[in-house]
Amino acid sequence: MLLNIKNLHVSINGKEILKGFNLGVNKGEVHAIMGPNGTGKSTLAAAITGREGYEITKGEIIYKGKDIRDMAPDERANEGIFLSFQYPVEIPGVSMTNFMRTALNAQREYQKLPPIPAGEFLKKMEEKKQLVEIHAKLTNRSVNEGFSGGEKKKNEIFQMAMIEPQLAILDETDSGLDIDALKVVAKGVNALRSSENGFVVITHYQRLLDYIVPDFVHVMYDGRIVKSGGKGLALELEEKGYDWIKKEFEI
Amino acid sequence: MQKNYKKSFLLEQNLIHLFKEKKSELFGNCHPKVALSRQQAFDDFQAKGLPTTKEESWKNTNLSKQYEDIFQLDNPLTELDKSAGEIFQCDIHGFDTDVISMLNGWYYSPEGKQLQILENGIVVGSILEAQKAYPEYFDSYFDEIAKGRNHGLTAVNKALFRDGIFIYVPDGVEVEKSIQLINIVNRDEKMMINSRNLIILGKNSKLSFLHCDDSVNHNPGFINTLTEIYIGENACLDLYKLQNINNETALLNNTFIKQELNSRSKVNVISLNGGIIRNELNVEFSGEGADADLNGIYLMDHEQHIDNQVFVNHAVPNCNSSELFKGVLDDSASGVFNGYIYVARDAQNTNAFQRNNNILMKSTAKIDTQPFLEIYADDVKCSHGATVGQLDEEALFYMMQRGISRQDAYLLLMYAFTAEVTGKISIEALQSNIEDMIKKRLRGELAICEKCVLHCGHPDIPLEFEIDMSKV
Ligand SMILES: Nc1ncnc2c1ncn2[C@@H]1O[C@H](COP(=O)(O)OP(=O)(O)OP(=O)(O)O)[C@@H](O)[C@H]1O
Ligand SMILES: [Mg+2]
Repeated sequence: MLLNIKNLHVSINGKEILKGFNLGVNKGEVHAIMGPNGTGKSTLAAAITGREGYEITKGEIIYKGKDIRDMAPDERANEGIFLSFQYPVEIPGVSMTNFMRTALNAQREYQKLPPIPAGEFLKKMEEKKQLVEIHAKLTNRSVNEGFSGGEKKKNEIFQMAMIEPQLAILDETDSGLDIDALKVVAKGVNALRSSENGFVVITHYQRLLDYIVPDFVHVMYDGRIVKSGGKGLALELEEKGYDWIKKEFEI
Repeated sequence: MQKNYKKSFLLEQNLIHLFKEKKSELFGNCHPKVALSRQQAFDDFQAKGLPTTKEESWKNTNLSKQYEDIFQLDNPLTELDKSAGEIFQCDIHGFDTDVISMLNGWYYSPEGKQLQILENGIVVGSILEAQKAYPEYFDSYFDEIAKGRNHGLTAVNKALFRDGIFIYVPDGVEVEKSIQLINIVNRDEKMMINSRNLIILGKNSKLSFLHCDDSVNHNPGFINTLTEIYIGENACLDLYKLQNINNETALLNNTFIKQELNSRSKVNVISLNGGIIRNELNVEFSGEGADADLNGIYLMDHEQHIDNQVFVNHAVPNCNSSELFKGVLDDSASGVFNGYIYVARDAQNTNAFQRNNNILMKSTAKIDTQPFLEIYADDVKCSHGATVGQLDEEALFYMMQRGISRQDAYLLLMYAFTAEVTGKISIEALQSNIEDMIKKRLRGELAICEKCVLHCGHPDIPLEFEIDMSKV
């Protein structure tokens, strides 16, 4: 199993947000997580990637057979965990090129490989830019600075394509995207999809799942998964909303 | 009732004693304006004494340790000094400069030429020689900008300076190579050095000048430099100050700039290391249409202290000034930024901008930043802003999520922070050298220089960084 989350409890500032969350992701699988606002989807992503301030009070996160609880965020990243941020951060003064090269070389150092040769790096940049249809200018700009909402999301997928992670978590990467950009994001994900990788796709809209077809759909509510099913569940949710699940759950 | 005597510092007594003892030397062969300035400054010093934290503009910069120290105050160059003078070599890769040197407070030329005339009539050399050879320039320019503008330490400088550099650029001459002053102290004793510089740019001329303050050892010292720069009509000055002195040295760098009609100045003050550094930058517009672009970076740690005092005097209409000072303070380092903009009643259509941004790496570091605007004209565009912050935790996490170590993420962010200032350096080779030095400094690898402050740019010693921050 690539990722195995067992009975995970996570608190922020002493307030419990995840309350016994379970999820298993095998290599080659795509899991979609849906659920109302504020139920803890991004909290889950933060806990998996090791963000400070997200305290695991109970349970465990097993990734590639190892409990990653004590790993620093950069180590988790270098182990192959990638997060496409719900709100990508602007970093003025750090160019995309620089950022990516530093990231790639950090990963290679972790794998005890020599730094990527400049030519190879540039070629890769070019290739991945085309994949996600980013126009040349974007990469010489500061990371996310002055990018539109959609460009920022595309840039996340660009980075994912560069880094080629084993486990990618996409936190509402589809929000705010026009239909063309949505297709581009899906293309980026599908290009990476293989029997070796796993995806956790957090979304509010069934639409994305037309392009990234999930193996499983989970509904999250109040800090845990309350319903799981196949891709048909997403359609059902689209039709009926969350109320029926809430009711079912609360009774 | 007991009488309250003003406490007199040891250094004060020693300086007064020195002046009296060396009077004939100080005044011998001296241009009348130099003599006048020395005497007036000495009287002023006796009245004022050394500046203490009781004075408003010194309240956060404390030199009392230096004031009670015993410095060697007067030191003719010895043959030994001169042989050590051979260490002045500076290779800035891809950047060819004409180097002039100050060694232990004296103008030093390995060929023994105290005053040189370069092509197109450019004059470069010792201020002591220049006052004799070019009395007419001293009639017109010496002490014309700095006159009367004394605190105790400017007065000390004016009364007691032993040497300094003189540069004259004739009308219409654009100096092709940058001139680089390397100011080095290399003695086993603790020294206090007072040197005074005069730089004159004629009409339509152009000069790029680097002023490097360096340590070659870890001995305590006190460097007190005063520089007057006169920028003639339509002339253009690029001034770079590179400061990389040891943690035991106090550096006071006082610069007075006067700008005539349509002249331009661009100043970059890069403070990389030093025990106590205080830069006073005074710019006065005396001709309309002039422009001053004043920038600084400071990177301080341990117990270091940096103080930037910037005063811009919009005495006439239609001038622009812009100030951007950015600093990173780590450990228990402390900093001061005082930006004072004065706009006279008639100085309409003035643009004056000022910004000071600081990053405090630890809660023990501190900065005191104060803008001060005094505006009497009504058609004025003025803005100022100061920020004090920590590094952006969101950005740090974002970078770490991409596999970058926390330390490298720090470096990238700090480097990016300073890039806004270094980006303004118009000489490309110099820019990349300064950027390299900043990287080294941020990584804690910048030594006070074995040879020259810019030696790190030597092509034979390529700089390697684990994270390559160059632009592809
Ligand atoms: N730093 C924080 N401090 C306190 N509460 C927080 C913090 N971050 C998140 N929360 C709370 O945790 C809960 C879950 O937030 P989270 O962002 O995980 O929700 P989400 O499912 O991703 O919602 P959305 O669909 O709106 O993105 C919310 O109630 C939120 O207010
Ligand atoms: Mg969320």
